[in-house]
Amino acid sequence: MSELARKSASSARHVEPERSGGGGGTAIDAEGLIKRFGKVTALDGLDLTVRTGEVHGFLGPNGAGKTTTIRILLGLMRNDGGSVRLLGGDPWADATKLHRRLAYVPGDVTFWPNLTGGEVIDLLGRLRGGLDPRRRDDLIERFELDPRKKSRTYSKGNRQKVALIAALASDVELLMLDEPTSGLDPLMEEVFREVILQEKSRGDRTVLLSSHILAEVEALCDRLTIIRDGRSVETGTLDDLRHLTRTTIRAELTGPVDSLAGIAGVHDLTSADGRVAFDVDADGLEPALRSLVTAGVRSLVSQPPSLEELFLRHYTRTGNGSPR
Amino acid sequence: MTGTGRLVRLILRRDRVVLPIWVLLLGLLPQLYLAGFQKLFTTDAERLEYAHVSGANAGFAGLYGPLSGDSLGELVVWRSGFVPVMIGLAALLTVIRHTRAEEEAGRSDLLRATVVGRWAQLAAALLVTMLSGLMIGLLVTGSMIGAGEPREGSIAFGALFTLSAWLFAGVAAIAAQLTTSSRGARMTAVLVLGISFVLRMGGDISAIGDGRLAWLSWLSPLGWAQKIIPYGEDNWAPAVIALLGTVMAVAVAGVLLARRDLGAGLLASRLGPAHAGAGLSSPLGLAWRLHRGLLLGWTAGFAALGVVFGGVGTSVVQLAATSNEVADTFSKIGGSGSITDAYFASTTGICALVVSLYAIQATLRMRDEEQNGHAELILGTAVGRTSWAAGHLLFALLGPAVAMAVQGAAAGLTFGDPGPVLGAALAQLPAIWVLGAVTVLLVGAVPRFAAVAWGTVAVSLLILLVGPLLEFPQWAMDVSPFTHVPQLPAASFSAVPEIVLILIAVLIAATGLAALRRRDIPA
Ligand SMILES: Nc1ncnc2c1ncn2[C@@H]1O[C@H](COP(=O)(O)OP(=O)(O)OP(=O)(O)O)[C@@H](O)[C@H]1O
Ligand SMILES: [Mg+2]
Repeated sequence: MSELARKSASSARHVEPERSGGGGGTAIDAEGLIKRFGKVTALDGLDLTVRTGEVHGFLGPNGAGKTTTIRILLGLMRNDGGSVRLLGGDPWADATKLHRRLAYVPGDVTFWPNLTGGEVIDLLGRLRGGLDPRRRDDLIERFELDPRKKSRTYSKGNRQKVALIAALASDVELLMLDEPTSGLDPLMEEVFREVILQEKSRGDRTVLLSSHILAEVEALCDRLTIIRDGRSVETGTLDDLRHLTRTTIRAELTGPVDSLAGIAGVHDLTSADGRVAFDVDADGLEPALRSLVTAGVRSLVSQPPSLEELFLRHYTRTGNGSPR
Repeated sequence: MTGTGRLVRLILRRDRVVLPIWVLLLGLLPQLYLAGFQKLFTTDAERLEYAHVSGANAGFAGLYGPLSGDSLGELVVWRSGFVPVMIGLAALLTVIRHTRAEEEAGRSDLLRATVVGRWAQLAAALLVTMLSGLMIGLLVTGSMIGAGEPREGSIAFGALFTLSAWLFAGVAAIAAQLTTSSRGARMTAVLVLGISFVLRMGGDISAIGDGRLAWLSWLSPLGWAQKIIPYGEDNWAPAVIALLGTVMAVAVAGVLLARRDLGAGLLASRLGPAHAGAGLSSPLGLAWRLHRGLLLGWTAGFAALGVVFGGVGTSVVQLAATSNEVADTFSKIGGSGSITDAYFASTTGICALVVSLYAIQATLRMRDEEQNGHAELILGTAVGRTSWAAGHLLFALLGPAVAMAVQGAAAGLTFGDPGPVLGAALAQLPAIWVLGAVTVLLVGAVPRFAAVAWGTVAVSLLILLVGPLLEFPQWAMDVSPFTHVPQLPAASFSAVPEIVLILIAVLIAATGLAALRRRDIPA
């Protein structure tokens, strides 16, 4: 975990009282999670803290371990190491009790081909301990779903809607959504965002949202955790993370510069024929500019830090795994 | 049909283990029988005596078909009479696995987006299956000629097996076009196989009795192949019928395929209710929705089977009345009971083996649900693993009981004396439950090998079919739970084996459930 992650995890800015009691305002608290599948180590000391009432983004490249983590949180799988608490309970031992208070939307969902969408929504809601019929009908309308169709005839996007409606129509404390918008068209994605923002405004619903869609995360999440190869690499608020991103600088210089490489925070430096290009962390920006000025600047282009750059950096950086 | 060649290679690669196993096993089974008989008879007189007695056994006629004469070749053909059913099963499973199942999994979309013709997938699946059928036939013909049996009869024998494979490859090709799910296609094709078997069985049993219903065999594809009567008549006319039947089935499948969209079936989907009924609010309610079709199908099938068995039972009585000598020898080999008791004991035994397929199928539904992600949905709600499993297991437990009871009652009522036949049917249940329990254990403890459960039926069937003839040692016979249940009404009831089997089943199932509670889902 980065330095920042540790900082922000300890700064308890959230004061919402927890409905469940215990845990002191954390809905999910996983530390050092380890999960192995035979020789494959899917989770390798993963940390994840989600506070009560927040929408928490959960990001990472394909195969990073997001789904595996969620399955452990649901008590479907058992961790080989580390500790995990969910809504103040043990997800493995207290699974059925805890599941009354949460709803889960799996990533790639299919239903029983002979049941209609409406039947699936009702069934899952009842098994969870009941759902609000008014809210159900409202959601069906907003997502423009025909609940009378048999599940086998639904497209991928429509299956995703069924799962979302089933989860959102229940009055639960915690929503666990594994790539919930994959397959939704842009219009429906917008509806999804509205609904989640509404949930958020209630203040007592916690959402764990695994996603690959940056815009979605930026629009919805209070805080987020980025994982790679089964380990957490960043945790924090969006602003915290933005601060972590680098500015890209390209400059034409009038004189030679040699002090740049020695500055902490300067990365990927290239220089030729009086042109330099590099990325620089927020901390290194000032000394780097100083040394450019000293050398004499003919022209300068800077690209502001973007979250996208941060994600791409985490997604592509070659580690011991196999990033894509 | 562009791309058929490449698809054939793909299928051969995917099935490189299974295909050779079933070709070799089924193709060499007649050799086992031949060896068994050669060991059994030291003189011709012994063989004639055996043929005489066996030919009049209605239970045998039902299971294997008629015995046409007393030569060694005819005895082997007769004793191999159940093998065409297994060949048909293997053929239809292979075809559906590479057609509808592929389409359902969405892999066909990928394939057809490349340069692969509309019919290529069906053609490739049929080609591989039919070639495998041909290999079985060649194995039979070659090995029988090698053992010194007449040339033409051996060719006819091979043709019997090959045509059985071809006919049911054709049946499966049609079934794969009708429904959108591979489960539905498989059930349809298996149903046709089951009906074929029952028709052939009814006709053949009747033929050795009063012959009133002997024509039933001619309605059955299995009957056509068997009417070739290798080593006896070597009659090629039924072979031509079987061949025509195959060609027609394939043609029909091709036309149906041309008329529908990829992924669609011919039976269109209608709209359903927008809200769930009150029943659909528990794991059990869901299990009822998932299992009721299967339960209904099995119950209806076994009711029909019972009626056929009961009706043919009357033929058996007449057989006994016309031939005292036959009745004598029969009750000698059939135990203490009468000729009809022995008959019902053996039909019930067969039914029990078939119903155990249902018990396994219902139990494996849990594994299906796990693999297609449905279990995760349910277990993500406030439903515990045990109650999730219990919903399915209730059907694995009671479904076979219903099917057996209906079969026994239908047979008994048609025959005119329901009590004993119904009792015989119910007495088999503990053995069926043991196989169901073994399936629970596999699903719980070694989910990746859950399909091995089907092997337990295969082993039990093998023990029933070849065990006595090859004089398996007692411990080998004892492996099958069906060895232990009393063969009512021919034998007398004894409670001890039943109770022991039930205890074993409970123990195994409980172990399986405990393992299920402890493992990852999905695993
Ligand atoms: N049941 C399993 N058996 C073996 N390996 C598994 C199993 N489930 C997951 N894995 C492996 O664990 C790793 C993490 O997988 P996981 O599905 O959690 O990734 P993910 O972050 O959800 O990826 P994606 O973004 O593609 O959904 C992968 O390397 C995957 O191959
Ligand atoms: Mg995933």
